[in-house]
Amino acid sequence: MATRKPSDGSSRSTSRTPARAARSSAPAGARDALIVGGNRIPFSRAGKKYADASNQEMFTAALEGLVARFGLQGERIGEVVGGAVLKHSRDFNLVRESVLGSSLSPQTPAFDLQQACATGLEAAITVANKIRLGQIESGIAGGTDTVSDAPVAVSEGLRRALLDASHAKTLQARLKAFAKIRPSDLKPLTPATDEPRTGLSMGEHQAITTARWGISRTAQDEVALASHQHLAAAWDAGFFDDLVTPFRGLVRDDNLRADTSMEKLAKLKPVFGRGLAEPAEPTMTAGNSTPLTDGASAVLLASREWAEERDLPVLARLVDAETAAVDFVHGHDGLLMAPVHAVPRLLARNDLGLGDFDFYEIHEAFASTVLTTLAAWEDADYCKSELGLDAPLGSIDRERLNVNGSSLAAGHPFAATGGRIVATAAKLVATKAAETGKPARALVSICAAGGLGATAIIESV
Amino acid sequence: MTDSYTKAVNSGLTKTLAKKLGLPRPAILRRFRAGDPLTVGPVLVVSDDASAGDADALAKTLHGWGLDVRRQPTDDARWGAVLLVLTEVTQPTDVSGAVLAAGSVLRRLAPNGRVVTVSRAAAAGDAPALAAARHGVDGFLRSLAKELRAGATGNGIVLTDDAPVDGTSTLATLRFFLSARSAYVDGQLLPVGPADAEAPADWDRPLAGKVAVVTGAARGIGAAIAKTLARDGATVVCVDVPAAGEGLARTANAVGGTALQLDVTSEDAGHRILEHARTRHGGLDIVVHNAGILRDKLLANMSPDKWDAVIAVNLEAQLRINAQLLDAGVQGLRIVSLASTSGIAGNKGQTNYGYSKAGVIGHTRATAPLAAAQGGTANAVAPGFIETEMTASIPFATREVARRLNSLQQGGRPVDVAEAIVFLASPASAGVNGQVLRVCGQNLVGQ
Repeated sequence: MATRKPSDGSSRSTSRTPARAARSSAPAGARDALIVGGNRIPFSRAGKKYADASNQEMFTAALEGLVARFGLQGERIGEVVGGAVLKHSRDFNLVRESVLGSSLSPQTPAFDLQQACATGLEAAITVANKIRLGQIESGIAGGTDTVSDAPVAVSEGLRRALLDASHAKTLQARLKAFAKIRPSDLKPLTPATDEPRTGLSMGEHQAITTARWGISRTAQDEVALASHQHLAAAWDAGFFDDLVTPFRGLVRDDNLRADTSMEKLAKLKPVFGRGLAEPAEPTMTAGNSTPLTDGASAVLLASREWAEERDLPVLARLVDAETAAVDFVHGHDGLLMAPVHAVPRLLARNDLGLGDFDFYEIHEAFASTVLTTLAAWEDADYCKSELGLDAPLGSIDRERLNVNGSSLAAGHPFAATGGRIVATAAKLVATKAAETGKPARALVSICAAGGLGATAIIESV
Repeated sequence: MTDSYTKAVNSGLTKTLAKKLGLPRPAILRRFRAGDPLTVGPVLVVSDDASAGDADALAKTLHGWGLDVRRQPTDDARWGAVLLVLTEVTQPTDVSGAVLAAGSVLRRLAPNGRVVTVSRAAAAGDAPALAAARHGVDGFLRSLAKELRAGATGNGIVLTDDAPVDGTSTLATLRFFLSARSAYVDGQLLPVGPADAEAPADWDRPLAGKVAVVTGAARGIGAAIAKTLARDGATVVCVDVPAAGEGLARTANAVGGTALQLDVTSEDAGHRILEHARTRHGGLDIVVHNAGILRDKLLANMSPDKWDAVIAVNLEAQLRINAQLLDAGVQGLRIVSLASTSGIAGNKGQTNYGYSKAGVIGHTRATAPLAAAQGGTANAVAPGFIETEMTASIPFATREVARRLNSLQQGGRPVDVAEAIVFLASPASAGVNGQVLRVCGQNLVGQ
């Protein structure tokens, strides 16, 4: 995949199965997992409105808003599944503790799950699978993350000494343990999201991928601008009136810059890829990369029977999902390229083409993640050698991409992003289907640290 | 939000001190709790001679409610209530025996006791003497209410259009006035007309099975209304602007209802409310227009946005939602709107608010026959000084004066407003239509 391709691949648009009617792709014996609706708190840039809010408080708030919207007080939900990427050790049962602090029945089971930035989507997939298998009738999937209230660890030397001291039986032994502490051990370790195996931050990894695919600064800034403009328009249109509940006085995502422009974005200095070898130029700025963000989200899923018994509306169904991973450690592929691999497999299993979607929700970890993903699908060499496809997967109608904005504008509280995207996609297909009278379909793609990626198909009902 | 003066003069050393100094001592008002007795003691039923039959009928009903009903004033009782039946008076001279009999027991009226008059409205075409005898009750009751002490209140039922004295709506109103639900309603005369109304299976849960919508439910009086509607059996849809969603979720979860984030000034607010109520809860029975805003300015300093915003939220939104609900053919809809004493007596700096709240009174009267045509009613509640976050922000001295300027010498609580709304929204209150019920402790301003 050494060669770069022009980003405009519209001339090679290959929609393999255009205008295919929606059909249930549930495996034999499985039933539909329906998305009833979602709720999140407005996302806030780290250190601002939620500076002293914990993950548990935020996830509880997201649950409480969901409970209020759908009248779930005292309801025993089949399972609540969620997680956080940055987590205190005391939060070992974060989701269950949040449930206990909510208005749901205390008999609602819950568990924590974590797959980096794909946590929220993976939670939704897990809940959907349980519903499809008939193990539960209802479930809530979600996630929360705070960078503001992130755990701060002590150095390995101090930690060892403290553990030794706590195991010591005599005062002497205890003093001996403490004596091992060196001044340098007292420096706290702040949490890092750097890749453990490469020591590179996600941004630096993506800068390599960006350069390899030759994604221009302008193209990235255009994605960022569209994200802000789309999100602002969606807020103004009231799209989030039944998807968001304010928290701590914040009523809208505070990373949103409705008045940003190409000129303003162009003024920002690159922050990633400054060490790249010539002739690559650093192109990734604070404007076309997601900021560190605090927030939480939750999505209610159910079987048809459970929803009907409670007169609950249903937006869509979670049809199928596929996760993938890439070998980024040895430089074989970009860190955030896993969804590129997941989608063709997902499409093949569901007998769909890349063009068969009304909406594409591709998580904007960075503007260039979206652009490299799209470029790879258009690249014949890459599709052949890496994805094993005879022809390029194809290109998408950019008018259908992140139509109500995505993470560049909303911010990206790691584990909360999946819930935001699933609820948004479900409402989009439901609205579209209601308008046109025809089924509508969305493709969800979320890249994650560790070379991971999760993707899913959401269809109107 | 606490009235520390009222607390102080009702407890401990400060109580003794206040007594000795002759300071005004506002009473601790008795509020409704399910299971508590209806009244605080026996009920004396008195009437003029011609109304004896009606008095008998009412006495029998009260007895049926499990009350200790007496027909003779005696010295041995600590009276819980006095019911004064004057329905059949024809001459001003007819009433003296009955009112003096009632007066003879007032010194032994228990704290939080009740005096309730039942009379008929003077109407066009009445003989002048009949009209005088009937309308005289109005001034009598308002004056008497000002003489009552220790949390006791006086209110009147005014029967219109030959409404039967033992009709369900009359009895529902009587029960409301006798009970602790009307703690902060004082000096009010409420017209009750004839209506086909059904008494609830359980008077403590009159809204069982009903679906109610409350706007502005995120906090304050709106949250109290939602809680009281739910307490009395209703499923509550809590509505507020999206920006108030956090408090709204709290209210909805407290009452086991649903939260609907919606700006009531949006063009399709009524349609969306109805759709939510129908799809999620199977119908809509009650709508409470509580959402309201203040943008106080002297008229000389008033800006267009301050004037227009108040009119849009407090008045236009109610009109639009009512029209959409009634046009959609909702049957038996109970509409209750929040008016205000500012809309009755006026308030400096509140020309916009006063206009909007008087406008509410105007449209309530006009909506009443439209609602009635579909088996419903439209009424308004006009709160006086209510202890809320909003009134807590009034400067201390102003607030102290404002909260004492009524017969009960204290501010009301949000739940007092809510109780009046539940009463008006109840199926049994069908005969009360197009009325404005004040919840003001008989505020000195206005009627």
